[in-house]
Amino acid sequence: MWNAILSPDFFGAILRAATPILFATLAAAIASKSGITNMALEGIMLFSALFGVIFSSLTHSAWLGLVITIAIGGLIGMVLAFFVLNLKTDEILAAIAINLVATGGTVLILVAFSGDRGVSSSIRSVSAPNITIPLIDKIPFLGDVLSGQNVLTWLALLAVLLLHLFLYKTPLGLSIRAVGENKDAAESVGISSRKVQYIALIISGALAAMGGFYLSGGYMNMFTKDMSGGRGFIALAAASMGGNTPVGGFLVSLLFGLAQALANIMQLTSLMPYEIILMVPYLTTLIGLGVYYYAQKKKKERLSGK
Amino acid sequence: MNSAKRFDILRTVFSVLIALAISFAIIFVVSEQPVEAIKNLLIGPLTSKRNMGNVVESMIPLIFTGTGVCIMFSANQINLAGEGAFHVGGLIASCVAIKMTSAFVSPVAALLCAGIVGAMFTAIPAIMKIGTTANELVSSLMINYLALYFGNYMLNNVIGDPKASAASYKLTEASKLPVLVQGTRVHLGILIAIGVAVLGYFFLYRTRTGYELRLTGENEEFARYSGISIVKVILISQLLGGFVAGLGGGVEMLSPIYARFTWTSLLGYGWDAIIICTLSRKNPLYTPFAALFLAYLRTGASIMARRTDVTLEIVQITQGIIILLIVAEQFLSKYKHKLIAKEAKAALKEEEAA
Repeated sequence: MWNAILSPDFFGAILRAATPILFATLAAAIASKSGITNMALEGIMLFSALFGVIFSSLTHSAWLGLVITIAIGGLIGMVLAFFVLNLKTDEILAAIAINLVATGGTVLILVAFSGDRGVSSSIRSVSAPNITIPLIDKIPFLGDVLSGQNVLTWLALLAVLLLHLFLYKTPLGLSIRAVGENKDAAESVGISSRKVQYIALIISGALAAMGGFYLSGGYMNMFTKDMSGGRGFIALAAASMGGNTPVGGFLVSLLFGLAQALANIMQLTSLMPYEIILMVPYLTTLIGLGVYYYAQKKKKERLSGK
Repeated sequence: MNSAKRFDILRTVFSVLIALAISFAIIFVVSEQPVEAIKNLLIGPLTSKRNMGNVVESMIPLIFTGTGVCIMFSANQINLAGEGAFHVGGLIASCVAIKMTSAFVSPVAALLCAGIVGAMFTAIPAIMKIGTTANELVSSLMINYLALYFGNYMLNNVIGDPKASAASYKLTEASKLPVLVQGTRVHLGILIAIGVAVLGYFFLYRTRTGYELRLTGENEEFARYSGISIVKVILISQLLGGFVAGLGGGVEMLSPIYARFTWTSLLGYGWDAIIICTLSRKNPLYTPFAALFLAYLRTGASIMARRTDVTLEIVQITQGIIILLIVAEQFLSKYKHKLIAKEAKAALKEEEAA
């Protein structure tokens, strides 16, 4: 078993499993940084997984399909923003509503489009390609891990860097963080909190859409009913555990990828019942959340001299 | 009735109507036989005794989880572990009901265990929040999956019947809840459910603890300054809410619908509960009515899906739109202002006349 775990293949599997969670985690992080919990990620990913299949098949192009899917993801983010910011809807309930519409809507659209109820195998979609980047593939070990990964995995890694730069090195990023920290203070220096939160939620929706696209056009090559499988919720936990920073979220996503990849290997070795192994990612997050927030709490208490 | 309350009711009705209208529009777009589909959706449940029975039996789990969520959300704890509590409640109840054979004692023991395990389950995010300040929303989403996989583990390794596929050993006859209406599967659970909803109302609106709980939900800072123990409020609300949700899982398991434990996925009643809670505005007393509405809609939808080309999932869209419109504070708010202004003017006039 150790041979299997220490191989580049295994690390590749971690990255593959982590990619959708990483996109969603970044999406959760930017929304949280602006002060809004985006629980609609689950629904946005589900919609995007379906739209990815449909639009890549209609346009005969993975890239066009991806662009349209991202645009729709951003649009759903905007709808959430409209309800939360303009109509003063509770953000959690609005998200639950969007998730409900996604669960029902994807099946409805799938039936209307293909006649099938559960899977989209009759739709000829185009998946995003796997790529190998020259020079990087020459790096020992790491080259083997990264080579042949899906282009969306590369994009996810790039997104970590870009989002980090965006949040910490641009004026708009500063505004987003300011609004999330203290809305009133941000307003008092002339920042329109509504505009900033709109932007954050649109970006959040677009990122989640990339994760959804990867599910049906990279990780697998078709859409299946409810295929987001709670990844949007895991992402909320992962982002929260990563302190809502892109880099922190990235590390926690890898942890999830690790647990998933480990579960896959252990399933073959039958050392433990597989149901117990499937619990590992959730248990890890739960414990991680507890430890992280306990440490934060102690730190706060120390700082306030209690 | 004051105008704000009247407005709430009006808006709820309005939201439901708009959501139905949108759903009908969707049916017209996707279906070849839209009129037939809508007819089945709307009056299908009334067409036979069995269908009416289906409506009542599907109300039962909704009332339980709805009441549980009302109690948890009233303290402004967005704990979504009701879903998992329902699942483990059903699991434990079936474990007990497989083993015990004595009449009366067996179902009572099974239901008590279901409630207690449910309470312990929803208490986990609450205790985590108290101990570490970790957000209960996120942790409750995670433990729901633990409930699911634990249930699957038990089913495959402990209570699974080797002669059946993905099903436990048979629950003993003695532990089943009796059928109330012959020719349907309407069982004793409906009375327990309504009883729980009424008790939930009394607790939240007629007891001191219930008041403290709602006050904390309205304004935690204010409650803290009035000397209310927030820790106590969080614990009591989450324990009680989980007890009710777990009890619901137990009742569902002992109902005539199931002969064995067969839940290999989460059933979603914890999420439905949020719709029930929204429709009944966090008041458990109204949950049976909200549950009736939802159960009717779903029974209608499944009849429609059987007889026409429209899929069942259309209801989820209807539900989503209802939630969005009801909780959107600004929806129809101009009308609310008008209504309140009118009432104030009328009151002023009366005063002048007097």
